[in-house]
Amino acid sequence: MSNFAEQVSQFMGPFVGRVPHNKQLGLRFVAAGDRWVELQLPFSPRFLVDPDHGVWASGPIITLMDTCVGMASMLARGAFEPHATLDLRTDYVRSPKPEATVTARGECYRMTRQIAFVRGLAHDGDPADPIAHVAGTFMFAASKLAGGWQ
Amino acid sequence: MTNPALVTLLGQNSGRLDLLPYAALLDLSFERVDGELQLIMPFAETLIGSPGRLHGGAISGLLELAGLLTVIAAQPEGEPLPRVRPVTVTVDFMREGAPIETRAAASITKLGRRVVNVHASAWQADRSRPITAAHINFVLDWPDR
Repeated sequence: MSNFAEQVSQFMGPFVGRVPHNKQLGLRFVAAGDRWVELQLPFSPRFLVDPDHGVWASGPIITLMDTCVGMASMLARGAFEPHATLDLRTDYVRSPKPEATVTARGECYRMTRQIAFVRGLAHDGDPADPIAHVAGTFMFAASKLAGGWQ
Repeated sequence: MTNPALVTLLGQNSGRLDLLPYAALLDLSFERVDGELQLIMPFAETLIGSPGRLHGGAISGLLELAGLLTVIAAQPEGEPLPRVRPVTVTVDFMREGAPIETRAAASITKLGRRVVNVHASAWQADRSRPITAAHINFVLDWPDR
């Protein structure tokens, strides 16, 4: 693992769960590598939109995935630069098991001067059998990669 | 969604959405403005994602609920409600969410019996400057008769 990734794991890892909205949901850091991050969201009945059918709202899953791939893009960037989500698409391929802890794995597969391209999945125990896939982009305000802010 | 209380509630001009646990978490209420269903998310410190900005996930959650409730309100009266679940959700983030009240509304692009295509948008002080928009495809599962 790069020095930056180690630094992020040690300092930003615990920080992820202290972001106010992440804290409200109970999101927690699990692990990170050079370009990927794993986070977890333990079940809460407050995440449901339809308690009769146990249907989850999208919001908690999108919050989890957005945070996860955003952090992966920062790792791939190798620097703490301000960035914002440009877009994020989530495909729900199946319902989570009742009361499951949801694990998110996100990676940045391509970094350009201004844009980070990310993808990720959410699963409830087996990464080979995901509940959701995401794909998205993050925008960096300016670039240090191509020599200076431009 | 089989809760008839929800249909009764959406027939009102305004109210809180505590029937939906996640809406209660976001402290949501709704209001009918010229017939349009608008969801209201008051600012709270717990919604913050990065310093001084709302978390994109919370805004996305608000958009999905605006879409979901608009779909439920569009179902024929007197019939059992289908289970409504999003299959794809695509969110565009246009402007940062300031630490103030956010509103969201949705329009149905196509109302089918099995699939409903929805566009939802969220704004703050100025509706002509949306902060976030979503395209959501919902699938409806009808109860057996």
